[in-house]
Amino acid sequence: MSTLSERILNAPAGEYVDRKVDRAYACDGTGLLALEAWKNMGASRLADATEFSIIFDHIAPANNTTTATLQHELREFAKSSFMNFSDIGCGICHQLMSEGVVLPGEIVIGADSHSVTLGAFGAFASGVGATDMAAIWLTGETWFRVPATIAVHLEGRFTGAAEAKDLALAYVGELGTDGATYQSLEFVGDGTKDLSIDERLVLSNLSVEAGAKAGLFYADDVTVRYLKERGHAVKPQVPETCTYLRDLEFDLSDIVPLIAVPHRVDTVKPVDELAGLPLDQVFVGTCTNGRYSDLARLARIIKGNKVAVRTIVVPASAAVLTQAIRTGVLADIVEAGCTIGTPGCGPCLGAHMGVLGEEEVCLSTANRNFKNRMGVGGEIYLSSVATAAASALEGEITVPEVA
Amino acid sequence: MHTEGHAVCLPEDIDTDVVIAGRYLRTRDRSIWATHVFEDLDPGLAPRLKGAVIIAGKNFGCGSSREQAAIAIREAGVVAVIAPSFARIFFRNAINVGLPLIEADISCTDGSAIAFNLAQGWVDVAGKRHDVPTLSPRMQEILAAGGLVAFWRKHR
Repeated sequence: MSTLSERILNAPAGEYVDRKVDRAYACDGTGLLALEAWKNMGASRLADATEFSIIFDHIAPANNTTTATLQHELREFAKSSFMNFSDIGCGICHQLMSEGVVLPGEIVIGADSHSVTLGAFGAFASGVGATDMAAIWLTGETWFRVPATIAVHLEGRFTGAAEAKDLALAYVGELGTDGATYQSLEFVGDGTKDLSIDERLVLSNLSVEAGAKAGLFYADDVTVRYLKERGHAVKPQVPETCTYLRDLEFDLSDIVPLIAVPHRVDTVKPVDELAGLPLDQVFVGTCTNGRYSDLARLARIIKGNKVAVRTIVVPASAAVLTQAIRTGVLADIVEAGCTIGTPGCGPCLGAHMGVLGEEEVCLSTANRNFKNRMGVGGEIYLSSVATAAASALEGEITVPEVA
Repeated sequence: MHTEGHAVCLPEDIDTDVVIAGRYLRTRDRSIWATHVFEDLDPGLAPRLKGAVIIAGKNFGCGSSREQAAIAIREAGVVAVIAPSFARIFFRNAINVGLPLIEADISCTDGSAIAFNLAQGWVDVAGKRHDVPTLSPRMQEILAAGGLVAFWRKHR
């Protein structure tokens, strides 16, 4: 009997296989290098059977002339090659792929490490670099070493202010930044049943922070309903009895708000241990926590009050932004004193739209707090949306009270 | 055929943001990446990398998928990286850009003489021989071609 990764890749763990890629996407950063590699391979047309996309999200809109010129070239290529193309402001590549595009059982490759996010749908989704992407444009295939799997058994429900991000930080803290290198994670157990797609996306998203090749949920009734609302008829995936390399167990009701402190995602502490730490910036957004449910949660907590520190909110996609406008969530956020950025990655990778000054401290809902990532000398703490919202109101790290 | 170099020791969990920072990514000038490689770790490191064999701790290259990290290391003149484990995307990227990687836990002294043979699976540290795992046949083929671009130029 097989793990979900073994089923989708159709081979046992440890084997090297070549597989057709169902969907392949690149962003403005990796896409450029991929284009250069693709040209240098002597290629002139795309492989037929794969659905290709280029999505501008990392530095969108461009921050200077050099970036704009490079993006112009990639934009022209995307259009002339008839790839699906999403220009600046459409949103983060992983988010767009999650809005009714990726389906259970597919093999999905993104030229970005957080492509693991799409494992939330029961797809085998993984990241590669630019030259691997170029080879997929050329051949429609890539090679894999079929990963062994670590099971993350979930039971119970979140209580208090805890949310999926806190659980994600908890499992990365337990595994360590290389605890799942070359392996997959599978989230299983009764505790998965009540998790929304948004929550699953958060849990799959962080799997690469433990080094994982993929982080998968089995498609179930929640998945089927979500995709049906977006025009797709899919079947649930039924787990088989299988052998896991290792088993982790979490009772969701035990999870408390957590923070990853600089400069490692696996250095995780309860928020109350850090309460009172002064902040210079709060950032809510990214492929981890920039969805509508995140913005709605933020709005619920800060509505009617004023943030005490500069707070940047970047919706993960245009669809998220539109929904937040329609429901009034965006007005609540802006009235509370937050500023809004163009849908995309925002300042997460330190290129624009909210980089930090030297010795500034940022509380971010993103997934990486590496040294200097958001600006030289800046320090990044990672938390849930609820913790970020409560902390924004106080201007210092604050334990969230409301769910 | 074997390759030689001098050892440069690095710690564990070197992430790709530290290898080449996000602020240097948007360019086509590869010499910029080579100049600023490891800048946030040690600004004086880049000039010492010509002909170097990096011997690092576990989980080398974790984080972002940026291929510029592997390119920067190669362009700075590094002949190979040895570490007990590599982050998987970095692993693929390095092979794809023609930077040899060796998965081995080897104690490091800065400046010691290193020789290695990828096909035969050994590393020689100051005259002492260590057996190391060989790469998969596919990866050896890609490396031998000089990277994945050259590999596909030849095979398509």
